[in-house]
Order: sequence, then structure tokens, then C-alpha cells
Amino acid sequence: MSSRHNIVSRLKRKKIKEVITSGKRMDGRSLEDYREIVVKTGVLEKAEGSAEVLLGNTRVLVGVKIGIGHPFEDTPDKGVLMCNAEFTPIASPNFEPGPPREQSIELARVVDRGLRSAEIVDFSKLSLIPGKQVYLIHVDLYVLNYDGNLIDASALAAIAALKVAKRPVYKVEEGEIKLTKRKQSLKVRKTPVAVTLVKIDDTLLVDPSADEEEVMDARLTVTLDEDENVCAIQKSGSEGFTPDEIKKCIKIALEKAAENRQKL
Amino acid sequence: MSALFKNRDLVIPGEVLYEGRIRTGDNTYRTQGKVSATRIGLVDYNQNMVSVIALEAGFNPLVGDLVIGEVIDIGLGSWTVDIDAASKAVLNVPDAIDVPFRTDIVMPDILDIGDTIVAKIVDMDRRRTPILSILGRGLGKIKDGFIIRLTPSKIPRLIGKKGSMVNMILKETGCRIAIGQNGRILIHGKTREQEETVVRVIEKIDREAHISGLTNRVQRYLKKLKEKK
Amino acid sequence: MSSRKKKTKFKRYDGRETNELRPIKIESGVLPNADGSAYIEMGRNKILVGVFGPREMHPKRFAKPNMASIRCRYHMAPFSTDPRRSPAPSRRDNEISMVMRYALEPAIFLERYPKSVIDIYAEILEADGGTRTACINAATVALVDAGIPMRDLVASCAAGKMDEKIILDLGDYEDKEGQADVPVAYMPKLGKVTLLQMDGILSTDELEQCISLAIDGCMQIYEIQREALKKKYGLTEEEVEEK
Repeated sequence: MSSRHNIVSRLKRKKIKEVITSGKRMDGRSLEDYREIVVKTGVLEKAEGSAEVLLGNTRVLVGVKIGIGHPFEDTPDKGVLMCNAEFTPIASPNFEPGPPREQSIELARVVDRGLRSAEIVDFSKLSLIPGKQVYLIHVDLYVLNYDGNLIDASALAAIAALKVAKRPVYKVEEGEIKLTKRKQSLKVRKTPVAVTLVKIDDTLLVDPSADEEEVMDARLTVTLDEDENVCAIQKSGSEGFTPDEIKKCIKIALEKAAENRQKL
Repeated sequence: MSALFKNRDLVIPGEVLYEGRIRTGDNTYRTQGKVSATRIGLVDYNQNMVSVIALEAGFNPLVGDLVIGEVIDIGLGSWTVDIDAASKAVLNVPDAIDVPFRTDIVMPDILDIGDTIVAKIVDMDRRRTPILSILGRGLGKIKDGFIIRLTPSKIPRLIGKKGSMVNMILKETGCRIAIGQNGRILIHGKTREQEETVVRVIEKIDREAHISGLTNRVQRYLKKLKEKK
Repeated sequence: MSSRKKKTKFKRYDGRETNELRPIKIESGVLPNADGSAYIEMGRNKILVGVFGPREMHPKRFAKPNMASIRCRYHMAPFSTDPRRSPAPSRRDNEISMVMRYALEPAIFLERYPKSVIDIYAEILEADGGTRTACINAATVALVDAGIPMRDLVASCAAGKMDEKIILDLGDYEDKEGQADVPVAYMPKLGKVTLLQMDGILSTDELEQCISLAIDGCMQIYEIQREALKKKYGLTEEEVEEK
């Protein structure tokens, strides 16, 4: 019988901090260990691309739907990529059904920034009639079970789904758009990977579990591509990081991003 | 007039267990002269009664139950405690401190939001809200250790006959264990290894609670974990 | 079915017999954070159901003083259909949530949990016609997995009419192109129909045939639900020892 409140247990906080001082964590991991990562692609038939990522007990399903529509006003000759995240109520007793709250909006935007800044695809090739019709790529992040670190799991699932996605090919004939029977890959050229760290009592740890996120002081996500460029950053939580801590986070993220990229 | 299953067969809700006159025990109901199961579990025919030992069941609070809960709110003269039941429990000041009533008590000093307690259900009020007490041996605020959860219907297996299972785990690991009937278990050991062993054992009980020979398997498992070290 | 009947020329678009269900797979206890859960694949439908509770109702004024309330939510993932759909619930979703609730409520001992609520959340990950029946099948298994006391299971499937033939368990294409669709939910041990809707046009005779064929389908699904529930506890003493 699930409880529904957001009170942090003092006992839990004390124990987690106690165990961390020994350089270990409640689940036996060391501070810089990820939980087991499993990536499955092509799990849905109706989506143009799909992937499911299991990160320990965290489970995220991503469906990519590709259609056509209006471009953004500031980029009339480029295709559009949009991320949307849904915290389904089956994922946690604390998630309620309804429109997206700030947390799911944050998740979608952080993943979105990583993909967009890394320019994972050449959006200028995804235009049909500049200013009028371009390809629309919807990336829907669907959280099926929550056990912390949704950003890393979702970012990984998103890039995995985009890599296997096949877009329907449209033709422009005499100003009219026609659907052809052909399908084409999106030609993903970059693989941004997000690495999230949390700070608990001045200790940094990667891949926080739900319990660790509950008691953390602050959180930092660093997204990196394979050329070691940073393509998104998000600081969260109600404490600060020292500049040295940030440097350390980026160093750890660089190493972990490369490791996790191997899982794709 | 007959039993339709063998003792300890696995049954699901709606399956007819007995046709004819018999007393209905736990997790069964009578309809149209038949007795059927209401939960998934192992059927138990016992003299003049048929019941189902549930494999999945939430916590149904009863007076006398020992529970582990978390303080989630402070009111005027009482605390609200989450004990994983269908309704929240209440702890009144006189059931929390054993001193004559005073007006100057500061409630968060006694128990604050986020505190975990071991408590006893001493009453159910008119609206079926469990009333708790933390006065008594082994009851009160928990200062050390951590909580893990087990399906409440499996708690009797963790305790074992007259406490045999929990005593064995205690003896083999040296951990302090407090078991709430609501499925929350407090573990506090001297070392992390001890604690991790207890967690592993409870996970095993969770997986295998319905299969006979559990005590012997757990004993062998504890030995195996010890040898590994 | 006699073998002679099977040789009829009529074939459904996916090659099934008129009285044949789509392949069904059900798994119970798949979501670690839910009190009870189930995953179902019924044809190409892919659906996850999580059950939470009985828990305290918020806001409290919606609680019923003498029994538990059931809240059902039928929700389709944006990528579950072609083309993509908005994640906001539609009128259709709200109606299905309601009929799901009425289909399941008769099986649950609501009076055991006054003031509380049982939440049943169905997430459609991929839709292929007959999602409401698939949801009910999975929700029943999830309720049992949550340890909620029940009178019976609820099994559900549709029957309908296409090309003048009465057919069982309509797929997406048959749902859209057919002449009628009659989703039914049934409590097999208690012999009660708890969901009955119809879309299309049928003679009273045909309707009766549809209901009876759908109930036959429900009986087959009931066996699959039972196997799914028992599978979680299927290991014997010897098998456990090996692990």
C-alpha cells in the first residue's frame, strides 16, 4: 500500500550519509559506479523509432514519431525536433496523473538541449518547403518506473531511438507534398550522453538512485558528445557547487559518458 | 460436500474451493452455497474450515499489531503517521510521552516530521483510523539503521514459527532486526556486511515464501554467504 | 469447432479463423513501484497496468465513507498510434476509463476499505484495436497481484461483424472497417457480464451471437490470466534450490 507524500525520512538521510563516508553506497556501489544499463531498441512497431532503457530499476521508454508540419519561425528552412516527457502514474506512487509538472518539463528540456546542441542530425536537410513544411521529429520520453536519474536514462533512450528511427520520405511535386513508400534513416551523426552527479554532504556520486535523489543537496547533469564537447548542463537542487566541484564533475562525466556510449 | 483442491494448492480469486457447509476462514467468501477464494494464495482445508494463505495482500491494521511508521504531519496534540495502510494512523501526545499533561510541550522536540517510529496499534477509532502508542519496551523513535520493505502477507514467514526464522537470522548475522506487521523492517548492524547479508536473506524470503522448506533453505543460504567471506 | 467448418473459404485479414483470438501474453508483477501490476500483449496491443492502494483518498472530500473508491485511468502514449496523438486525455479516453471502472468494480470487495481509494492506471504503449478489453484483462491480473480481495477475475474481449461474418477479437483493421464491434467483459465463475458496449449495426440475432462468441473468448482469456498469475509462483522446491 503505497504512500503518497514527499517527506524525506530522517533515518534514511542519516543512513545514506553514514554509508557514503565509507566510500560505498546503500546498494553496494562505489561512488562513481553506474547501475547496470540495458538498452533495447525497436521495441515498438507503430513508432518510427523506439528504445527502452533500464538503469537499475529505472525504466524509460522512448518513442520517436516523424511527420511533417510547420517549422519554427526563427528557423524556417530547418526540420524540427521536439522532446516531451511524461511521468506516468504507474512509475511511482508519488506521480499523479495530469499535465506535466516542472520536473517532467525539466527532463524533456534537458534531453532536448543535449540533442539539439550536439546537432545530432542535419536539420537543414529536413526541410520540404522552406517556411511552410518541414519534417517534425517528436521524441516522447515515457517514464515507466522511477528509481532515480531519469535524465541519464532518458537521454540514452532518446539517442538510441533516434539512431534506429526510419523516417517516411516525402516528395515535393509542383508545390505539393506527397508521401512516398520509401523510408530513410535520420543519419544521426553525434551521440550526446548525459551524466548526472549529485552532491551529498560534499561528496559527489554518479547515477543517483531515488533514495539518493531524495536526500541530495544538489544535482548536476553534464551532457557530452563523442568529441568531448559539452552540449548541455543543468544544475538543480537547493545547494551550490564550488567551481572546483564543477570541474571535478565534468571530469567524471567525461569518463562516464564514454563508458555509457559503449552501451548503445 | 467436498474439497475441490488439495491442501496447499495455489488458487486465485473466484476459484471455488469447497461445495457445501463449512466455515469460511481468511481470504474466502461464500456465494450460492460454495466457498471461493478472494486472493491468490495457498488453500488450507482444516477440520471444519477452509481458508487461503494469501501470497499477495496489503496491510490490514489490527489492534495489537506492531508497526513501523513515519511521522508525516504534526497537529494539535497528535502526530499523523504513515504505516502503509489504507488510512493514516494517529499518535496522540499521551501515547507518546509518559508525563502528566502540560501545556508547554514542543511537539517537534518529541517527534518531528520525517522521524521513524516503532509503535503498537492500541485502538481503532470510529472511523477505523489506527491509534498508535510508543509507550512500552522496544517502542519509540528509531535513531539508527534503515528500513526495507517486504509484502505484509510474507511477514509471518520472516518471523517463522515462534520467531524461529528471525532468531536464526539474528544469530547468524548479529544484526538488530525489528519487524513491523505492516511490512517495514528495521535493520541495524555493526557492520555494512552484516546488514547486506540480512537484506539478501529477506529478498530470498520475498521470492520463495510460498515454497515449503524455507527455513532450511535460508539456513543453507546464510552459511553460503558466510563462507564467501 | 468441427473440422468441416474450419475449411470455409472466409479468411480474416490476418489469417485467423472467425472464432480465433489474437495471440495473448500476460505477465504479472512487472512494475517494482506499484502495489500490483501486469503487462499484456494482445495482438499488437502493448499495455502496462499499475495498481496503487487501497490508499488514502486525496482530496478527502471525494472519499466514500462506507467503501473504497476506484479510480481508473486509460491513457494512450503519444507514440501508441499512427499518427502521433496528443498526450492530453480525450473524451474517448475518459469514457473508456469509466467503462473500465464499471467493468472491474463488481469483482472487488470495495466495502472492506471504507474512505480509501484504489487507483488503476493503464498505459497503452501500442494500440491495435480492442485496447479497452486488453486493459481490463491486464487490470484484473494487476488487482490480484496487488492483493486486493476479489470475487472473481474479469476477462474481456470483443466480438463483431465484418463482411457479414460474426468474428471474435477484432484487430485494428476490423475495428475500423467492420460493420459492428461489441466489447464484452465477463466474470467467468459468477457468470456475469460487466462490460457491454456496441458500435455499428446488428440484428438482435447477430447481437446475441456476438455476445455468446465474446463470452467464449473471455473463457479462453480467463485461462491465460490464471496461468499468468500462477506463473509467478510456479517454481518448485527443487528448482529454487538450484538457484
